[in-house]
Amino acid sequence: MSSRDDVLARVRRNQPAPRPLPAVPTFDTDPGSSLERFKTAVLRMGGKVADPPADGDLDNLIGRLFPDAKVICSATPELVGNRPIGEVREPADLDDVDVGVVRAVYGVAETGSLWLTEAEFRVNTLGFLAQHLVVLLDPSRIVGNLHHAYRERAQFDAGYGVFMTGPSATADIEGVLIHGAQGIRTLTVVPVAAGSK
Amino acid sequence: MKRIDHAEGSSKFIKAKDHLDFHDKRLWDLRKKRDRESEHLPEWEELRTLASAIKEHTLTHLADYLEEFERNATRNGAHVHWAKDAAEHNQIVFEIMSARNARTLVKAKSMLTDECEMRPFLANRGIEVMETDLGERIQQLDDEPPSHIVVPAVHKLKTDVARVFSENIGTDPKNSDVHYLAESQRQHTRPYFLKADAGMTGANFAVAETGTVVVCTNEGNADLSVHLPKLYIASIGIEKVIPRIEHLGVFIRMLSRSALGSPITQLTSHFRVPREGTEMHIVLVDNGRSERLGMSDFWYSLKCIRCGACMNTCPVYRRSGGLSYGATYSGPIGVIIDPTFNLRKYSSLPFASTLNGSCTAVCPVRINIHEQIYKWRQIIAERHQLPFVKQQAMKVAGKVLSNPKLYRAAVEGAGAGIEHLPRFTIYSRFNAWGKQREVPSAPQFTFRQWYVKNRGKK
Repeated sequence: MSSRDDVLARVRRNQPAPRPLPAVPTFDTDPGSSLERFKTAVLRMGGKVADPPADGDLDNLIGRLFPDAKVICSATPELVGNRPIGEVREPADLDDVDVGVVRAVYGVAETGSLWLTEAEFRVNTLGFLAQHLVVLLDPSRIVGNLHHAYRERAQFDAGYGVFMTGPSATADIEGVLIHGAQGIRTLTVVPVAAGSK
Repeated sequence: MKRIDHAEGSSKFIKAKDHLDFHDKRLWDLRKKRDRESEHLPEWEELRTLASAIKEHTLTHLADYLEEFERNATRNGAHVHWAKDAAEHNQIVFEIMSARNARTLVKAKSMLTDECEMRPFLANRGIEVMETDLGERIQQLDDEPPSHIVVPAVHKLKTDVARVFSENIGTDPKNSDVHYLAESQRQHTRPYFLKADAGMTGANFAVAETGTVVVCTNEGNADLSVHLPKLYIASIGIEKVIPRIEHLGVFIRMLSRSALGSPITQLTSHFRVPREGTEMHIVLVDNGRSERLGMSDFWYSLKCIRCGACMNTCPVYRRSGGLSYGATYSGPIGVIIDPTFNLRKYSSLPFASTLNGSCTAVCPVRINIHEQIYKWRQIIAERHQLPFVKQQAMKVAGKVLSNPKLYRAAVEGAGAGIEHLPRFTIYSRFNAWGKQREVPSAPQFTFRQWYVKNRGKK
């Protein structure tokens, strides 16, 4: 008998009497999916929020936020940057990126999380090897809580997807909170609709 | 196999007073943060009930859900392997790696691979394993197992970390600044991510409906371990399966709130399809779980989502440290899981509890932990796994507690004893209650004496 069949047979033999699967409500509450609630959650998780530039020039905004940045790589055509992501051959090539830019699919007001998939990153390591990450988010694309977030069912057909909430962090030594553990050191959300000027 | 002596392990931990005090405070702080989060969610108790019911449903249909998970994961392009036990798990991982000539493995934290003792197995076969979670890395470099399932090095102070890092990764031994230490690890680890042949994670959840592996982390190391190498291996205990994507909403809302008191982990990653030109392997591991599923009193422990809330709240765990349990899983959840692996070896662990029920009260999936601890004590006593001294003490206690006259005489005598016995008889090695504490002064009279005097006539 293969290990597979052996394990499954033992599980089947030992399973207790069946119990029902409950329905999961969405627990809607005020203030629901508001941008303000989302921003508060982002800040709490160590993220930052930047107002969109009045003139719509996002490259200019990145220049102001990160004056020392040498390599800027954008996965969204709304920004030019100086490292075209279409030319990246290996995931490790993004190790020298100072600032990565990407547009999130939607945000979660409860936690300040941003949903991103391989389609948004184009190269997944952009969200982890870059020192800093700037995430554009359409303010009309904020859901109230994680129940709603997980009901965006089609999103979970992505090969890879992540709820990113603030920068990478650790408190493994004496509980001291460090932002910038192994991945991005800062995460800045810019609430701006796609193609808005 | 040698029986773990939890009391002896604890006494070592208690001797280092600054460590003990910090450990106690740090974990209680996590418990308080957890309380604050749960109190902010009006539906918290309902979420616990839902989480428990979803897990119980899944476990009572586990074989079907495992097959569904396997089917979907295979359709996604992942390779699914099955391991009966730890040895088979380790062998499978080794064969996957050696067949592709992979010599280096960067890995995220996984209690399962600790349970399987995978690291030494691979190291003996020439594979370099790099733990990339900061706490787990500290423990790897110090050649110790994790002492906590969420914060593996919580029993160490920053000066301990400074020593471990200076001996192993060349940091300044005198510099114990936490920012410096964390940054040093970041700089040291990054090149390993960039050149590793393979990456590995555990799983917090495996979704049957989609074949998705869900990993909750804060440091970014799990994603770096998956997105850089050409080979990704996920080791998953069979109890981690849940039916559908929407169920994640319930569990993700509670996991980090229970563990660290934060609303969510910085990263909740969903790995489903290997990226182009790479391979994804999933090893589904039994290692005693299917047997536990058939234990009518204990199968509920399989609901555990490994948040560690029961450890943070446990007064015994906070004051004895995870290493004193001598097992992969420590604290209250360890106390009820470990004896299923080896009853004799872990027979002292169910006694490392005050049975105060706090573990049960904070458990996000409503495992009746303290009741299970009590049941393990009964089994251990029935199977004569109690140490001789405890057996004799229990016999005396049984006689005294079943006879009211004897009981009253004993209580009155104990009160008088505390007041009048010389110190050396109370604070001696024969009286465990006099260790590391002052015995409180005895009341003027017993409750019964008070009751007879004040209420007895009515």
